[in-house]
Formats: sequence, structure tokens, C-alpha cells
Amino acid sequence: MNAVADLLAALGARALRLLWSLGHASLFFWELVRFTPAALRRFDLSVVQIYAIGNLSLVIIITSGAAVGGVLGLQAYYALDRYGAAEQVGLLVALSLLRELGPVLTALLFAGRAGTSLTAEIGLMKAGEQLAAMEMMAVDPRGRVLAPRFVAGIVSVPLLSAIFSAVGVAGAKLIGIDSAAFWSQMQDGVDVFKDVGNGMVKTVVFGVATTFVALYTGYESDATPEGVAQATTRTVVISSVAVLVLDFLLTSLMFSTRP
Amino acid sequence: MDKRNLDILVGLFVVMGALAVAFLALKAANLASLSFDSTYRVTARFDNVGGLKIRAPVKSAGVTVGRIASITFDDKNFQGVATLEIDRHYKFPADTSAKILTTGLLGDQYVALEPGADDKDLQPYDSIKITQSAVVLENLIGQLLYSKAAEGGKRKEGGK
Repeated sequence: MNAVADLLAALGARALRLLWSLGHASLFFWELVRFTPAALRRFDLSVVQIYAIGNLSLVIIITSGAAVGGVLGLQAYYALDRYGAAEQVGLLVALSLLRELGPVLTALLFAGRAGTSLTAEIGLMKAGEQLAAMEMMAVDPRGRVLAPRFVAGIVSVPLLSAIFSAVGVAGAKLIGIDSAAFWSQMQDGVDVFKDVGNGMVKTVVFGVATTFVALYTGYESDATPEGVAQATTRTVVISSVAVLVLDFLLTSLMFSTRP
Repeated sequence: MDKRNLDILVGLFVVMGALAVAFLALKAANLASLSFDSTYRVTARFDNVGGLKIRAPVKSAGVTVGRIASITFDDKNFQGVATLEIDRHYKFPADTSAKILTTGLLGDQYVALEPGADDKDLQPYDSIKITQSAVVLENLIGQLLYSKAAEGGKRKEGGK
């Protein structure tokens, strides 16, 4: 009897902890959103962060975009050429990149390249009591440190994702399909609003999600070396899962009812 | 790094992103050829539209002259009504006929327009009178099997 009660208690405690952390995260999110207008007024703080997480991510985004586009084009060519439909390669590559791969892979790479650095930076600031020092000076660290990074993430991810998709399409072109058919098939099948537009909506959502996760885990990390290490790991895991789940939800909303 | 250099680098990044969006919209999705006013619409009724899809091409003599704007079902005559958006530069005689064909054996379906000989042109919101429905492969196979079976049955009787 006692064992059952213990089990129930453990389950209840776990559920309560989960609920508590969800509520805590949403409150933190609203605080961030509340500080965003102030961060926009002091945009130079965000510019520094856009350089750190946007510009410096360009190399990995461009390299991965070209590689993914090229590989996708090559494999699509092998499969489609059997049915004499090799000219559809452009359409297949463009649709997969614009709708799914561009936004999702960019967000995953962003979480790995920039999200971790945000978490580690904020975690170390917390461990070094810099955030506490700011509070002592009546400066809210969420407004001064977190909100500019939040804005920078939301600006950077859509731009990076567009660059990823564009480079990917160009990379697929490099495998040497007839140029006219490649572009005309693509233009026939790709819709500006449904495909490009929905893809951009996705990237904005992913930008908010990955940046928020990175900032939250950094801000809530234990102020120890292990705590920062665990927070950095958690950033990658939680952002990746969040991006994949959000992508599934958004895809089923955006692309399911199409004829 | 001083502030000015930083601003320039971030500006370059934003310009790159904007160029990428422009490239995707113009080159991949062909926003430039999206035209809202340079087409006119005519309707065509088919007994069976088969696998015709919205935005499928409308061709005449193999050249794309327009697109399918919408496909609806008319529950009075039990026919499929396809609305064709045709480029304003192309005029067709009023007795033009429309049929649903397939690119290749299993490819996508499109609407082919065959011009008639009428002096008058097809006007916007006219309907095309002479239409030919899509060929449904399953029906064809069914007919083939049926006729084969009938043939086989006859041969058996003949052999007796």
C-alpha cells in the first residue's frame, strides 16, 4: 500500500513540476515580449547580437544549404530519371527546401551554432553574478541583456533560412540539369504565397522558439560550471524537439488541405 | 571592432537575406509573371474532369496560353465546371472546343483548346460549348477486360 502511495506521490510531484516549469516559461516569455519594444528602441544593442548570431552563422548556413541542395538534387535526379521526369528535379528541390528543409535545418543549425552560445553566455553571466549586479543597479537584465538577443534571433533566423533555401536551389542547379526546364518546372509548381510565404512564417516561428529556449535555459541555469554545461545541452535538445514538433503542427495546418 | 564596421557587416547580412527572399520569390516562384489583370476567364463544363488540378495549364497547339483558375461541381447538371484563365493577348473563336488531355501516358492533365471557325471571339465569362472529358484509365482498362472476356467467351463457344 505504501509503495503505491509513494509511486503516486512521485508521479504527482513530477506532473506538478512539469506544470510549474511550463507556467514559469510562459511567464518568462511574456516578460521578454514586454521588453521587446524597449529593445527595438535601442536597436544598436540588437545589432551587436545580430552580428554575433546572424553574420557569424552565415558560413555554416551557406555550406549546409549548398550541400543539402546538391545532394537532394542528385538523389532526386537518380530516382526521377527512371521515369523520364528528370526535369522535375528543380520543382522537387525547391518545394522541399522552401516548405520544410530550409526552415527546419536552419533552425536546427541555429540552435547548435547560436543558441548554445547564447545559453552559455547568459549562464556564465549568471554564474559570475553579473545579472545580479545589474539588478542591484536597478537595471532589469531581461530588458538589457535578454530582449536584444531575443530580437536578434527573430531577425536572424528568417534571413538565414532564406539564404539557406536560395543557396540550396542554386546548389541543386549545379548538378547540371537543363537550365530552362529546371526553372520553368519550378516556377510552374511553386506558389509565392503558399510556399515561399508559408515557409517564411515557419522560420519566424522557429526563430522565436529557438531563441526563447536558448535564453530561458541560460537564464534558469544553475550558477555552476556543471549547471552551464547542462543548460547548453538542454538548449540543443529542447530547441531541436520544439522545432520538429512545431514543424509538424505548422505543416499540417499549412499544407494539408491543398488539392 | 568599431561600431561603424559592425553596422556595415550587419547591413550586408540583411541585404543578403533580402536578396535571397527576392531570388526565391522571383526566380523560384515566378512572382514577376503573376498577373492579376491580363487574363480573361471562360468556363468549360465537363462530364468528368478526371485528375485535373487547379493551376494546371491550358494549352492550344501545345503552347501554354492560360491556367485553370478553379474547378467546381454543378449539382444541377452533375458536371464539373472548370474556370479557365486565358492570357488576354490570345483570342479564340466562339466555337472553340476544350478537352482534357494528359502529358505523356501517366503525366499531369491539362486542358487543350482547339479553335473553331466562328468569326466571333470568345468573350470573358463565356462558356465553352463543345467539351471532351478526361479519359479515365480505369474505365479504359475495364472496357478492355470486358471486351477481351467477351472475345474469349466467343472463341470458347466457337471451339465447341
